[in-house]
Amino acid sequence: MSTGEEELYLEHVLAHYEEPYHRGRCAHCTHVHEDLNPLCGDRIRMELQIDDKGTIKEIWFEGDGCCISQAAASMLVERFDGNHIDEVKKFTAADMLAMFGARLTPNRQKCALLSWRVLQAAIYSPADGQSQPAPQQCTEQNSQAAQPPTGSGPTLSGSC
Amino acid sequence: MSVAARESVPALEPEQWRSDFPILRRVLPNGTKLTYFDNAATTQRPRQVVDAIVQTYERHYANVLRGVHTLAEESDNLYAAAREKVRALINAPSAEQVIFTYGATSAINLVARSWGDATLRSGDEILLTEMEHHSNLVPWQQLAARRGAAIRWIPITDDGLLELDALDRLLSDRTRLVAVTAVSNVLGTINPLEEIIRRAHAAGAIVLVDGAQAVPHMPIDVQALDCDFLAFSGHKMLGPTGIGVLYGKRELLESMPPFLGGGGMIRLVEMERFTPGDLPHKFEAGTPPIVEAIALGAAVDYLNRVGLAAIHAYELRLTHRAHQCLQSLPGLRIFGPKPEQKGGIVSFALDRLHAHDVAQLLDRAGIAVRAGHHCTMPLHKRLGVPATTRASFYFYNTLEEVDRLGPALERAMHTLRRK
Repeated sequence: MSTGEEELYLEHVLAHYEEPYHRGRCAHCTHVHEDLNPLCGDRIRMELQIDDKGTIKEIWFEGDGCCISQAAASMLVERFDGNHIDEVKKFTAADMLAMFGARLTPNRQKCALLSWRVLQAAIYSPADGQSQPAPQQCTEQNSQAAQPPTGSGPTLSGSC
Repeated sequence: MSVAARESVPALEPEQWRSDFPILRRVLPNGTKLTYFDNAATTQRPRQVVDAIVQTYERHYANVLRGVHTLAEESDNLYAAAREKVRALINAPSAEQVIFTYGATSAINLVARSWGDATLRSGDEILLTEMEHHSNLVPWQQLAARRGAAIRWIPITDDGLLELDALDRLLSDRTRLVAVTAVSNVLGTINPLEEIIRRAHAAGAIVLVDGAQAVPHMPIDVQALDCDFLAFSGHKMLGPTGIGVLYGKRELLESMPPFLGGGGMIRLVEMERFTPGDLPHKFEAGTPPIVEAIALGAAVDYLNRVGLAAIHAYELRLTHRAHQCLQSLPGLRIFGPKPEQKGGIVSFALDRLHAHDVAQLLDRAGIAVRAGHHCTMPLHKRLGVPATTRASFYFYNTLEEVDRLGPALERAMHTLRRK
């Protein structure tokens, strides 16, 4: 296999694709969001358990789609398991692509960024039946675009 | 469109034509040779078409219609000649029935707005098929919403053929229009147009044919088909982007109100009113895509030299070869009918490998295919897959190129399915 082929499908990308971190459902999930790339059919769902201090106690993903989208989701979940949601808010799209590692064309960047968008929305999306507002220290810092709609159904959110 | 007629034409030699397409000689940045299998998306241009564009701009170009000076007259003649070439290609009764548009999508929108808004009433029905491209779907959804009409769907079989029995059940005295693709851009299915048109006419409905994947690849005769409208695009038949054709039966076009308004489509303008011009100008508002039309004429000349029947017969060989290569790969499913019933389009899905990853790895081998839903979301929902990978051929592809698909896909599977 030539190096050219492996440029995109680096060892760590394939490892995450084949053995994803925390692929499944979250027991006692407090926050959830799901989204897709309609043009290519990639879908990612993130379920989180966030405590009242804003720490992500549990984070899981589900989905289908290309290797890039699913591997990126696995990397993201592994990265933020146990972290505070403030860390999520500070984690930009550029950070996401840097973490992913492999060089991506603009078209494939959308695949890698899908899970990032879903996570950015999920921290503001309480699961059904729970209407707790986001912890106080987090809402003040939200200087990004308008918060996406709450609820656990799939929605097409804009960029966060 | 007789499938059987393919066997009786002289064999096409792609090497004879490839040298006219400099882009096909490209070596990609990673050192691989280009294998261009994305012709359903767009085709490459022979230097004869490029030369026609350059020569027009360098020697003849001026605005057309009503000009008196020399360049205007030369441009006018070239533009009119292009229209006549297209007329002859599809055997339209007159050049006035050949309307230049900006593409097939633009042509279909013209019919939906002009014929559709003037004709459709609440409760009328439009018949589409499950395999339609969004361009022959969305304009009808928009029309149905505006006029309170309903859309009904001719289903496909699991082999990707239209269920003609369903057509009879769906046709009623409320059906005004059947809009159907001649060749599916995903399945490759060549639809039985004469039969569909005959049954639609018997029920009192007119038929619009989306010819985007057919006109470039096989002989099309609008009089033999007896279709009411035909739409197709220049860039899918060696011509430039920004030019397409709407053909219509004369009585329909004459009874339709104009679509776009402005200069060029009028006979007379006063402050309070205007009167529209004659065909084809009634539907060609504004400065037309002059050079694009002339280039399309050059494309038609080129295709006539290659021979549309020869192209159709040759593509069957490529499709056969592709089916043979792909069918032997484990976990690979080809969509659509068998090679004899389709054009040069092969769409497939691989177990546990997403179409985007497949297309990416084929690109690493220099093979250009397309992945996604190919502007047919309802079809992909019917097929039960979010995306397919599509290889689509033209007369300048070779059997040797098709043979590259198998090994490249095997390497992709090896990379992505390591477990």
